[in-house]
Amino acid sequence: MSGIPHDHYEPKSDWEKGLHNRLPIIGLLYDTLMIPTPKNLNWMWIWGIVLTFCLALQIVTGIVLVMHYTPHVDLAFASIEHIMRNVEGGHMIRYLHMNGASLFFVAVYAHIFRGLYYGSYKAPREVTWIIGMLIYLLMMGTAFMGYVLPWGQMSFWGATVITGLFGAIPFVGEAIQTWLLGGPAVDNATLNRFFSLHYLMPFLIAGLVVVHIWAFHTTGNNNPTGVEVRRTSKEDAEKDTLPFWPYFVIKDLFALAVILVVFFAIVGFMPNYLGHPDNYIEANPLATPAHIVPEWYFLPFYAILRAFTPDVWLVMFVTWITGGIVTAKFFGVIAMFGAIAVMALAPWLDTSSVRSGRYRPMFKWWFGLLVFDFFVLMWVGAMPAEGIYPIIALIGSIYWFAYFLVLLPLLGVIETPDAQPENIEADFAAKHSKHVDGGSAGSTQPAE
Amino acid sequence: MMLRKLALSVALSLGLANGAMAAGGAGHVEDFDFSFEGPFGSFDTNQLQRGLQIYTEICSGCHGLQYVPIRTLSDSGGPELPENQVRAYAEFYEVFDADLDDFRPAKPTDHFPESSLENAPDLSLMAKGRAGFHGPYGSGMNQLFKGMGGPEYIASLLVGYTGEEKEQAGSIFYENTAFPGGWIAMAPPLYGDDVEFADGHSTDLHHLAEDVSAFLMWTAEPKLMARKQSGFAGVLLLTLLSVLLYLTNKRLWAPVKAKYKKKD
Repeated sequence: MSGIPHDHYEPKSDWEKGLHNRLPIIGLLYDTLMIPTPKNLNWMWIWGIVLTFCLALQIVTGIVLVMHYTPHVDLAFASIEHIMRNVEGGHMIRYLHMNGASLFFVAVYAHIFRGLYYGSYKAPREVTWIIGMLIYLLMMGTAFMGYVLPWGQMSFWGATVITGLFGAIPFVGEAIQTWLLGGPAVDNATLNRFFSLHYLMPFLIAGLVVVHIWAFHTTGNNNPTGVEVRRTSKEDAEKDTLPFWPYFVIKDLFALAVILVVFFAIVGFMPNYLGHPDNYIEANPLATPAHIVPEWYFLPFYAILRAFTPDVWLVMFVTWITGGIVTAKFFGVIAMFGAIAVMALAPWLDTSSVRSGRYRPMFKWWFGLLVFDFFVLMWVGAMPAEGIYPIIALIGSIYWFAYFLVLLPLLGVIETPDAQPENIEADFAAKHSKHVDGGSAGSTQPAE
Repeated sequence: MMLRKLALSVALSLGLANGAMAAGGAGHVEDFDFSFEGPFGSFDTNQLQRGLQIYTEICSGCHGLQYVPIRTLSDSGGPELPENQVRAYAEFYEVFDADLDDFRPAKPTDHFPESSLENAPDLSLMAKGRAGFHGPYGSGMNQLFKGMGGPEYIASLLVGYTGEEKEQAGSIFYENTAFPGGWIAMAPPLYGDDVEFADGHSTDLHHLAEDVSAFLMWTAEPKLMARKQSGFAGVLLLTLLSVLLYLTNKRLWAPVKAKYKKKD
């Protein structure tokens, strides 16, 4: 599958040959598992396995939860309590599923920011990147609908606020909102369709994950240097790579085990820490919670949504020039989805010829600021929209857009990149020769 | 004019108008030391039994525990009442039986009744639904380092009455330092010495508040002990697995890395 020259599966016994002629499934698995992988991958390349694990965990725990859950406005909340109290092991299954969503998003953000720093989105991996963004969008949809299912106060009011965003679309907004909700307000019809879609979407994600893996197995992995694997001959390629099994499988499983230690500590000792306490109060359409906050993983984009208030001159201008069609609310919705869209467009906005941020002296700082900005937006998204917070949210939102729309195109032109290693082997050798005598850090010549 | 209308509609649609109003009035919550805090903490069976007694004699007059099956009073990790006591206790409550179309004494398999007073909230999940006092800037510091959560809120509320009252729109409100907004519709339920314990345990207000809060933590999270045990098993086994995988990984990569080591 991969463009990197390597050994392919050769059926040996008669029955293997027989099977291979009829269905080359062993060959497919062999080539997938033995894909030549750059030797120098660092610890930021472990998130793929963590994400695969999360998807499996969520599907397995989710299927068990569905066996005991009742999607009805009068029964949903009580059925969750039934799972928590009467179902054997139900409390653990639910806490795993609840916190599994958080682990999923921790991993996906680490994975995305790794891609942004090391230029994994750049040619020829744009398709991998775009599919990744689609997976991320589906993940957000799935997580949002899943949060509605317990039918707590935050479930109900979160659903009301978020579906209300579609109502902001001019002319057709209200019709779309009604169509999404299955009625004029969040009610039983909404709960049922969210339940149905929450069960469907993980399988769509699983399908896209296969395509995502297929895409980067075609182009080969990126790596911390951003320098491509030598494809001149099988011998050259083997100097830059190692087979995925066992080298990277074992490495990734080690990282996964360490992450799961932390995950089990959270599930065992503070399973409700990341959730909102109001979701342990049954949904009540007549009582609005004091403060509607989405789950932590939506907060950066929620902050962007709220940042564009009617008193921002840009919003006023756009409202005026469109004759009031683009209201502040609609502007915020465009900004929120736009924040994800500009990220998806990164492959075409980044003009630098150098792939990895490691060799881009100016980019490094702006990227660091973007990561900081992400956390600031996450924090300000949880704060009430009053006092200094809306201003912080506005500055943070503007930087988010400026990074993708201004800095990425500009830096490629004005920046002088540092020297890149000749090949992956040289990078690997430099790192591991350093460990022994510490003196030859500058050496890029592999000692053979 | 149009901008003001827009601002209002955005604020309302995002539920911010309410948020802004309520944000200022958060009450003061004290830190209590409960036996179930921290990874090693566990419920104190005697305390849960005292809490059950306070709930039964005082709280249950108005409040319910609709999600709690009465039989779970004998579960391990809970109040651990003997089964015959649970049967006797259940008969204390009347429940409506749809088959009989009449009320009958409750059986252990029934749940506790719902709240009998319309505006008295159900207490089953109170200790989890009121855990929102997470320290400065919503940082979660208090929950993380002091173990502060719902039980602290309930106990603080029970000891937080100042004795001041006011009448508003025909209802009487009582000043309370822990309640968000400062005025609560519930009259002070505990004054101290409201119940008498068979084991002679102290019945001052502070102790009563603590005991009933611990009991309500159990009603909200009855599987707390099992959960922590699973957490320990998970953390220990995965730590062991991590060590084994670390060593495997190190050994696997050693020859690959050794090739590049300078020998001089």
